[in-house]
Amino acid sequence: MNRLTLATLLGVTLTISVLAGVRFGSVPLTTSQVFAALTAGDVEMHRDIVLQLRLPRILLGVLVGGGLALAGATFQALLRNPLAEPYILGISGGASVGAVTVLALGWAGLGSWSLPLAAFAGALLAIVLVFRVATATGQAMDVRVLLLAGVVVAAFFSACIAFILSVSSARTVQSVVLWIMGSLANASWQSVLLAAVYTVPAAVVLIALARPLNLMAIGEETAHYLGADVEGVKRTALVIAALITAAGVAVAGVIGFVGLVVPHAIRLLIGSDHRALLPLSFLGGAAFLTLADLIARLALAPTEIPIGVITAFVGVPIFLVLLRRSLAGT
Amino acid sequence: MRFEARDLVVRYPGAQRPALDGISMTVPDGCLYAVLGPNGSGKSTLMRSLMGALEPTSGGSYIDDREVGTWDRRELARAVGAVAQSETLAFPLTVREMVGMGRYPHLGPLAGEGDADREAIATALAECDVTEFTARDVTTLSGGERQRVRIARALAQQPRALVLDEPTNSLDIRHEMAILELLRRSADAGLTVIVVTHGLDLAARFADRMLLLSQGTVAAEGTPAEVVTEQTLAGVYSWPVSVTTDPATGTPRVTPLRDGQT
Repeated sequence: MNRLTLATLLGVTLTISVLAGVRFGSVPLTTSQVFAALTAGDVEMHRDIVLQLRLPRILLGVLVGGGLALAGATFQALLRNPLAEPYILGISGGASVGAVTVLALGWAGLGSWSLPLAAFAGALLAIVLVFRVATATGQAMDVRVLLLAGVVVAAFFSACIAFILSVSSARTVQSVVLWIMGSLANASWQSVLLAAVYTVPAAVVLIALARPLNLMAIGEETAHYLGADVEGVKRTALVIAALITAAGVAVAGVIGFVGLVVPHAIRLLIGSDHRALLPLSFLGGAAFLTLADLIARLALAPTEIPIGVITAFVGVPIFLVLLRRSLAGT
Repeated sequence: MRFEARDLVVRYPGAQRPALDGISMTVPDGCLYAVLGPNGSGKSTLMRSLMGALEPTSGGSYIDDREVGTWDRRELARAVGAVAQSETLAFPLTVREMVGMGRYPHLGPLAGEGDADREAIATALAECDVTEFTARDVTTLSGGERQRVRIARALAQQPRALVLDEPTNSLDIRHEMAILELLRRSADAGLTVIVVTHGLDLAARFADRMLLLSQGTVAAEGTPAEVVTEQTLAGVYSWPVSVTTDPATGTPRVTPLRDGQT
């Protein structure tokens, strides 16, 4: 597929799902009511629904979806592993331990910042642990060690969560399970700000590294011979992608499949040139997650389906079709 | 360009003995220089060290009398095209994209390919006889074709020197000869070419000078006639050989002997 065609397609999808997300929700509002709420306030409740609930939720979906897909594409390039995804380094495990601790201790009520901050701190802990192991030789960072360390650290955090859950009340267990499944329901302007402050500049830096990332896909030794600063690119891009993931998990929990499926799908459609792959992954992830959230909110309204369920239900078939098509094409 | 190793010692972490144990050698400008030696004798380590991809334990590598670590990476990549022994693609890539990567050191961070870049790529593709594969996925090519694509990428860097680690490994005679002819032409055109290889006979025919490594040390260095002798080879490879002059080419021919033959 042509890059421009795909960019247009994704742009249109994103626009439609953003508009639909503002228009539709569990509280039925007419188009004119939504429009009135957006422009000048007449009905307080409508204003709150549109400006304080729907809008931040959609923007958070754009940031988190785009960020996860971008991080996934970056991890796949740097770890040279098509199965890599944003949570592969134990980041989700670390964030979950942070969040679960707060929920189990009953601190979640201490303000809207306590849960995201604890999750972010847990994710940082995971990142520091994994990177310290991978750079222990003091020489070049070995991505295979990084992967292995990530898997082991993730296993350790799973055990921590299992332990905390085993000594917690049933109510805590339920809120933990809901948090781990991921949701944009707790979106607020604060969480949008938290995600944006980090995700936007990080995305710019990663996309600027597209060309050296292309070289890394042929191998680190060759990238070095072609003039890339291999260690610098590797460290910068890995840390930035890890932090994007941490920011995403902190505000929206562990939303699966976006970071794995979206970059892959884009890759199958337009190839592996990261100068196109990275920005289109961001766009694709944003469109995919806002659309998934719309379905999650509306399909069984007023009951919300966990967004991770939708991303899997929608993402997996799309991905399998693309995979089959690309295999048939070669 | 002139490559030099001065008392180069490289010891990998945890290794019993150093991979390179005090190597001193000089590759003169415009020379086709072959590096040979048994498996594990340090050929690839020497190549990586010459290119600054490995930190030496002591001693150093110099390119045009400058310590290789002091070269700016992109500046070095514009001067020297290097092809590693093997590379595994993480993702599919077309031949055009692959060869286009040779322009990386010439391009700014955001700049697109200009006319000069496209011309360099086209010339490199033609030089290596891979123009017809431009749109093909590299992973679908045969071993010989892929090797030529990788050399084309190095040529697209428009370098003044080439450093290649076993570029003719596992190729049939036609493809092996085609690559060696290409390297000879490049050297005749003024490039310095360093090639790591196992082919004693062919190295003796094509190279201006040869280096024979043994357990990380220099066993012999000089013109093919100086290096390819029965005594030297038998010692280095721990196997009896007979060296005769090939009637067809007039260059040394190496024949490994069977057990008990003399």
